Amino acid sequence: MSSALQTLLQNPAIWRGDEQARVQLPSIPTGFAELDRELPGGGWPRGVVSELLTERSGIGELSLFVPALANLSREDGWLMLIAPPWIPYAPALAARGIRLSKLVVVDTHSDKDTLWAAEQGLRAGNCSAVLAWPAAINERSLRRLQLAAEEGGSFGAMFGAAARAAPSSPAPLRMQLGTRQNRLAVRIVKRRGSGRVPTLLLDVERNRAAAPMPASRFRQPLAHAGA
Amino acid sequence: MLWAAVHLPDLSLQLRLRGTAAPGPVVIQDESHRPRVLSCNDAATGLGIRPGMPVSAAFALAAGLHLFTRDPEKEAKALRGVALWAGQFTPTVSIASGNEVLLEIGGCLRLFGGLRQLGGRIRANLRELGYHAVVAVAPTATGALLLSRAGIATSVGDRHELRRALAPLRLRLLDQPADTIATLAGMGVHTVRDYLALPRDGLARRFGQRLLDEIDRALGHLPDPRPPFIPPARYATALELPAPVQETEPLLFAAKRLILELAGYLAMKQAGVTQLRFEFEHADRSATRVAVGLSAANRDAGHLITLLREKLATVELPAPVETIRLIAAETRPLGSSNRSLFADQRPAAEDRWRVIEHLRARLGADAVYGLEMFPDHRPELALRRVPAGKAQDGDCDLYRPLWLLARPLPLKADDLLPQADGPLTLLDGPERIESGWWDDFDVTRDYFVARDDSGVKLWIFRERNDQKNWFLHGLFA
Repeated sequence: MSSALQTLLQNPAIWRGDEQARVQLPSIPTGFAELDRELPGGGWPRGVVSELLTERSGIGELSLFVPALANLSREDGWLMLIAPPWIPYAPALAARGIRLSKLVVVDTHSDKDTLWAAEQGLRAGNCSAVLAWPAAINERSLRRLQLAAEEGGSFGAMFGAAARAAPSSPAPLRMQLGTRQNRLAVRIVKRRGSGRVPTLLLDVERNRAAAPMPASRFRQPLAHAGA
Repeated sequence: MLWAAVHLPDLSLQLRLRGTAAPGPVVIQDESHRPRVLSCNDAATGLGIRPGMPVSAAFALAAGLHLFTRDPEKEAKALRGVALWAGQFTPTVSIASGNEVLLEIGGCLRLFGGLRQLGGRIRANLRELGYHAVVAVAPTATGALLLSRAGIATSVGDRHELRRALAPLRLRLLDQPADTIATLAGMGVHTVRDYLALPRDGLARRFGQRLLDEIDRALGHLPDPRPPFIPPARYATALELPAPVQETEPLLFAAKRLILELAGYLAMKQAGVTQLRFEFEHADRSATRVAVGLSAANRDAGHLITLLREKLATVELPAPVETIRLIAAETRPLGSSNRSLFADQRPAAEDRWRVIEHLRARLGADAVYGLEMFPDHRPELALRRVPAGKAQDGDCDLYRPLWLLARPLPLKADDLLPQADGPLTLLDGPERIESGWWDDFDVTRDYFVARDDSGVKLWIFRERNDQKNWFLHGLFA
């Protein structure tokens, strides 16, 4: 009986709920081993739109993608940043290994244009990554983008505010980003394969000046200058 | 030698019809004092209008018909367009008459996969251009012309077959004076077969060498040289619409005809277009100009149409359009594309500009750009915008934030320490930047890396002037 069960369980069509499915998905390593372990395919998935819900901007959401973007900039395709909230600072991107010749920034005036541009980029098949910052995104647009990403095989990331996120989403990968203990807290809300994951704390910044400066070192010259 | 003759019957009428999908009754009249109907479309025929009828009678049948006068000059121009387009198939193209173009296709059959394939392709592409053409293929140019004039869209491979195919044709298809044909008809000689039954020397004495020569050329007994068509240096075409339109879709329908024609010309020139200009002419105001710029030379008709579609979506036409003019303002050499041997899903290298051009066409050329580093110590000047894809790779060993604010944001300071929704913790600094005293953008700042109470790393600076104000300049994100 038990051997019959074993044979049955070896059927590849059967997936056991207690293990994460190791799916063969074309993926790009994120550059963070602990995150790669939790993502089906072992990295940012290609041909998929990921939804990134941030508690607030500037917490490290771009740094999370920088290692992958640096790798992708070695490929042929474009890295497209659509409607970024601030100026992508070219010297910092170059310092982190991103080839600026592959970078394309797209400014838009409306969410309609942002989503349209993202769809074109994802569908084109020659953008290795499309990152977009729409003010709001609805389920229908996400579904369109997901289809476009499947067609083009590109890696897409849509950033949005966690506060305004819809309860459900057609995006196969959905993450919530926040800060805990001065580190980026990544919670995988939804992924292909399996269920809940503990929140990961990542050091996405280049490790520099992690500890506060001694106040004396800073205060003294200022006080002097102010006097 | 193998010649394909392209015969375009009722060319003036065709020119009026090719710009629209749903024409009303259209009638072409001759230029005489009392004009008669030269040709008319199906919609007009359905109303009882027939060629040869006085125009006044046609108007009595259909008050709302679109009437145009035949314009041989426009016909000739359009025919040159067809000849240019045909250059993509063969280097030897010749304009044979006012509505006929000859293509020597013997040398390029193998390239296009045989006679059937090539003939089918020429016919299908002509249909896409909006022309109804009779395409006949024969070993002699004159023979092919006679067949196409007779409306026989056939392919004849050798001379024996050609003789059989030509035999039933009427002699009035020949380029002979009308009285010659009339005299022959009076003798009971109506077809090529009748003619061939008569003795040559008698015919020569009666009608001169010209008649004999034409038939001999058709049968391949005499050489039949044709003057080659020489393309002009600058490409421009125009299409007049049968009725003015203002909506985008009908305009695109007509523009597509022109773009396909251009694509054929570009294929012949082994060139791609980098600057394309459309002029939409209105009845009583100056034309609306629409320029389409491309990052890399391209001759893909589908892509050019997409770009025009996006561009038209952003342009407001002030009035209905009567004529569309297309000018290839700038062309560049472009090698023919290699088909890949293995089914390769990845788009070719030249395709990579496509998406950029597509975005630029809708969002504007300035909205899509690349960024590169610029050697300046002032942070806001250390990068500059360049056309997308033209940026230089750079390297930087300074510690800089990923996001830069377009304009530094003033911060409140409390007890000389900056605040941003709460106290900031300084992590690193100061990095002193002093530069620009020479160009009116004087920067004297001390930069610090700071962290706010929610853990976000900020790049802030304090001005070293009298105010000592704090500003937020970037986020490490």
